[in-house]
Order: sequence, then C-alpha cells, then structure tokens
Amino acid sequence: MKKEQLKAENYKLCNIDQVKVDEILDKYPSNRKASAVIPLLHYVQKKSNGWLPVPEIERVAEILDMPYMKVYEVASFYTMFNLKPVGKKLLQICHTTPCWLRGSDQIEKSIYDTLKIKDGETTPDKMFTLMKVECLGACVNAPILQINDDYYEDLDYKSTKELLNKIKIKKNIKPGSVIGRKSSEPYDKNGNINVTK
Amino acid sequence: MLQNKDKIFNNIFGFQSNKLSYALKRGDWDKTKKILSLDHDVIIEKIKNSGLRGRGGAGFSTGLKWSFMPKTLGERPHYLVVNADESEPGTCKDRDIIRHEPHKLIEGCLIASYAMRAHKCYIYIRGEFVNEAKILQSAIDEAYENKLIGKNACKSGWDFDLYLHRGAGAYICGEETALLESLEGKKGQPRLKPPFPAGVGLYGCPTTVNNVESIAVVPTILRRGENWFSKLGKENNTGTKLFCISGHVNKPCNVEEEMGIPLRELIEKHAGGVIGGWNNLLAIIPGGSSTPMLPKQICDTITMDFDSLKNAGTGLGTAGVIVMNKTTDIVEAIVRLAFFYKHESCGQCTPCREGTGWMWRLLKKIASKDASPRDIDNLLELTKQVEGHTICALGDAAAWPIQGLFKNFRDEIEMGLKLKKIAAE
Repeated sequence: MKKEQLKAENYKLCNIDQVKVDEILDKYPSNRKASAVIPLLHYVQKKSNGWLPVPEIERVAEILDMPYMKVYEVASFYTMFNLKPVGKKLLQICHTTPCWLRGSDQIEKSIYDTLKIKDGETTPDKMFTLMKVECLGACVNAPILQINDDYYEDLDYKSTKELLNKIKIKKNIKPGSVIGRKSSEPYDKNGNINVTK
Repeated sequence: MLQNKDKIFNNIFGFQSNKLSYALKRGDWDKTKKILSLDHDVIIEKIKNSGLRGRGGAGFSTGLKWSFMPKTLGERPHYLVVNADESEPGTCKDRDIIRHEPHKLIEGCLIASYAMRAHKCYIYIRGEFVNEAKILQSAIDEAYENKLIGKNACKSGWDFDLYLHRGAGAYICGEETALLESLEGKKGQPRLKPPFPAGVGLYGCPTTVNNVESIAVVPTILRRGENWFSKLGKENNTGTKLFCISGHVNKPCNVEEEMGIPLRELIEKHAGGVIGGWNNLLAIIPGGSSTPMLPKQICDTITMDFDSLKNAGTGLGTAGVIVMNKTTDIVEAIVRLAFFYKHESCGQCTPCREGTGWMWRLLKKIASKDASPRDIDNLLELTKQVEGHTICALGDAAAWPIQGLFKNFRDEIEMGLKLKKIAAE
C-alpha cells in the first residue's frame, strides 16, 4: 500500500500505552534505542489488528529516532511482521520436512476443506488467514499449526477440522497437544508414557 | 544408557511446575553464592576441563570460547548473549528447557556472565515462541524478586541484569553475528569475521554468544564437579545431550542421553523404534536439517557424538534426529529443506541468495522426474559453488543436505528418472 494513500484515508493510529513503551525501551542502553525496534513493532502489530500499516511504522520510527526506511527494512525482513491485513485468526502451518513426514499435507488439506483457503488467502468474513511457514521448532510434536500466538500439536486431518470448527462457533480451545500429551515425552496412542519420572 | 541420577534436566517434560519453589527442590540455585566466590578464570578453567562442547551445532569448546573474552573489564562493558533462536528443522530442545527448566537457564546466565565479567545478558528468543517467552519472563521476574539476579545477585557482590529479547521469525538470526545485528535493531545479516564477537560484538563491545543448552548445563557441571561431567560420554565428546527424535518413529520425543549412545539404541529405547521396524528404515538426518543424511547401513552402527558423526561425513549439529522410513519420497524431503534455505537466505551474499533458489528449482525438477542425469551433475556442481563462498554457514548448510542425498541415493534417483523416460516413450 502506498504511503500517501493511507495518509489520505486519514488513518487513525492505534492507542499505545506509554508505560509499556518505556518498559520496552528500558531494556536497552539509552543511546541504543534502535534495539527496541523489533519488540516495539511486535507490540504495535498486536494493537493494530495483527498487521503494520505504514503510519504505524512511521510512528515507531519517530519513537526510536530512526529513519522510516530503517524501520521498514526491519518490518519487511522478518516474517512475523505482516505488511498486509490478516484475518482475526492467523493460521500458520509448518510444512518443513519433520512436519511433512508426519503429514502436514493432510493438515493443509483439512484447512482447505473446512475453510476453502490456500496459502496466503483470507476467508471472506476476514476471520481466518492461512500462511505456510517454515519450521516452527516443535518437531517432535509434528505436525504443528500455530493459531495467533498458540501452538496446536500432534494434529491430523480430523483433529484440525474439529479445531477449526470449534473456533468458528467461538468455543474455547486449549493450546498444545490435541492428543492429550503433556509436552514432548514419548507417547503412544494408548496413552502409555514409558518414561521414568 | 544414562542413569536417572546423572540426568541434568529432571523436568524436561514439564511433569512438575516450572516455578522457582519447585526449581529449588530440584536443586537449582543451590550454593550459587559459593560458585560465584570462585575466581572468574577458575570457573572458565573448570568448564574447559569438563569438556563441554557448544550445544548449538558447531561443537566448539564452551570453556575455550569463554576464555577469548578480555581478562579485565575495560571501558567497554562485556555482554553475554544467549541464543534461543531455535529454528533448525528437527530441533526443539531449547523450547523445553525454556518452558520447563527456565531457572537452570537463568542461573547459567548468571554464572557464565560472572565468569566472563559481564554485568548484562540478553536472551534472544525466537519470535514464534510467544508463550515460552512469557514463561521465561515470569521466571526472570521471580529471580529478580528473590534477589537471585539484579543488584548483588545471590549476595555475591556481583551485579547482574538479564533481559529477554524477542526475535521476529528469521532462521538466520541463529547465526551469532546476525543475532547481534538483529539485537541492535537491524536486519539479521551476518557480519564478516574477524573481528570476532569476543573482541567486537554487541554495540561494539566484547560479547559471547552461547546456545541455551550450553548455558543451562553450566550450574549442574559446577555443582557436581567437572570430573563427573567429563566421565560421562566418550573422550572429547563428554557429558549428556538432549536429543530430539522426530519423523517416522512410533513415539517422537525429546530425551536426555549420554553422548556417544548408538543411534539405533537411542531410537529403539526412547522413541519406540522406526515405524514398520528397523528394517523399514531408509535414512536418518542425525543433527538437524543442515547435516547430510546417513543411509541405513551406517545408522546400524553409528554412535551419536561429534567426532564419530564427523568421521561419517556428517555432524551432530543440534542433535535433531529426523528419521525417514521406506515410505518416504527422499527427494521431496530434501526439496522441502532446499525451499527452507531459499526462504531463509538473508540475501546478503550472491552465491547463497541466487544459489539456494537454483538448487531448489533444480531439485524440484529432479523430484518431478522430468530431468536428466546431467541435471544432477549441474546441481552438484552448483552446491560446490555455493559451499564456502558465503559470509556465514547458511550457504554450506543449504548445500550439504543435497550433497548427502546424492552421495547415498544417486543410483536410485537416476533409475527413477530412466524409468519415467521409458514410460513416457
């Protein structure tokens, strides 16, 4: 989106809490404010519906005394910053080898069958956006689907469908393993855990 | 097999709480003051003697790395930076340390910082670990409240501040100098070395970057003695290690084991064996996606330690064991990795930026069987052009899995191409 366009539309900046901003800035030496750029962008993105419109990036640049372009560079380099609007629920599916070996293609299919969206698409009601991402770093709990901040683990076609349907009717869902595993312990379908506590 | 009494991470699965009161019961923060009464260099010497090698992939002696820091605190402050940007496909051990044993990491940060005369430490955690970051932050707050860190940490007279910094999704920030760039608020593009971070690191000050696991084992090593640690495992490959076993096994899991455990024993004892039995095994990637794969006949006998795997032409890396059985389309498995590296290349060096894309496209062509044996030769030539011609090791990491694939499966792949051609005719 062009910078001017957004200005013309009278974009209203989201409310940010100065206390929280100071808290972030406090972590770094006072002459190294630029260090706070990623945490601040995270914070602002969270406040502005999960993406970063140009005026928000400009504001971060102002807070940190950085040129706009330097902040934009950071925002475009890191994959977690969205420069386009996303749905309320951002679905990020891991498709790297360890997840693929455990059936991540089936998860993708399940999402398509339930929501009719593919990589990069958003549902018409702006509820769900799907993104295929690289390794999420929870390989022994593969396949993984990240929904906003939470990981959902040990999924298959059926459980993904159930999960999405629950979100659709606004039912609470519990993050973590969907097969009742505590975390990364060896676990089989009968629920036997063969570890010595 | 590692005995329970020699395990460092007793709560790696999170069966107990990660709160301070429980961590104290498990022995964390026990006599930390006494450890901090030792001289800085004595601690470094002890870690050197324990034989601890960095757990982040390269396997460099941790104690030796620490000893590169200046011996006196000059005008520039010293920094310890802990690399929790865990993104190597197949690796998920640091996540469990952070969410289930955060106090081991925090105590390790204090001791390591003291040893290197650093008053400040940053933990750089990958951005996707939102909940893990919350857990770690609350553990840090707990440690501050109980005066374990902060001014006069553990009543030792040493001031120590610990900060948590979240990344935002870039594999390359696991490279130490890219991590420092990122921490300074820039794009994560690796720096040329030298100067090494121990001379010019974060904000131009002496800095050491260590992996989470390397730091988290330090307090236990110092409490139980470096001799205890060096007696575990094999010569030059001492101690215990967290292994992550993923892919085609019956029970994928993380497990702490002695270094030098046979690969087959590791998988059959802890991960419930290969799906379809050991004879159904095709290949294993032993140390995270960057290490070349091993075919079954080597997996039968290989032991899991830095040196044996190096001799077998691969590496222990982060000990992320990815198991693939005979149902796997092995070329597709590496296509996914090639895409991963293409996606994660930071774009700074041309051979890597362009080469990772070429390698992915050529490999995809081979995977679709619409290729000739010459494409394989071109691809291998290309991997040689990328390898060693970049600032950081991402170029190498992208080339090695592909070289490993053709080293072990070239005949089968060529046969597949021929059959397709015959069928088409």
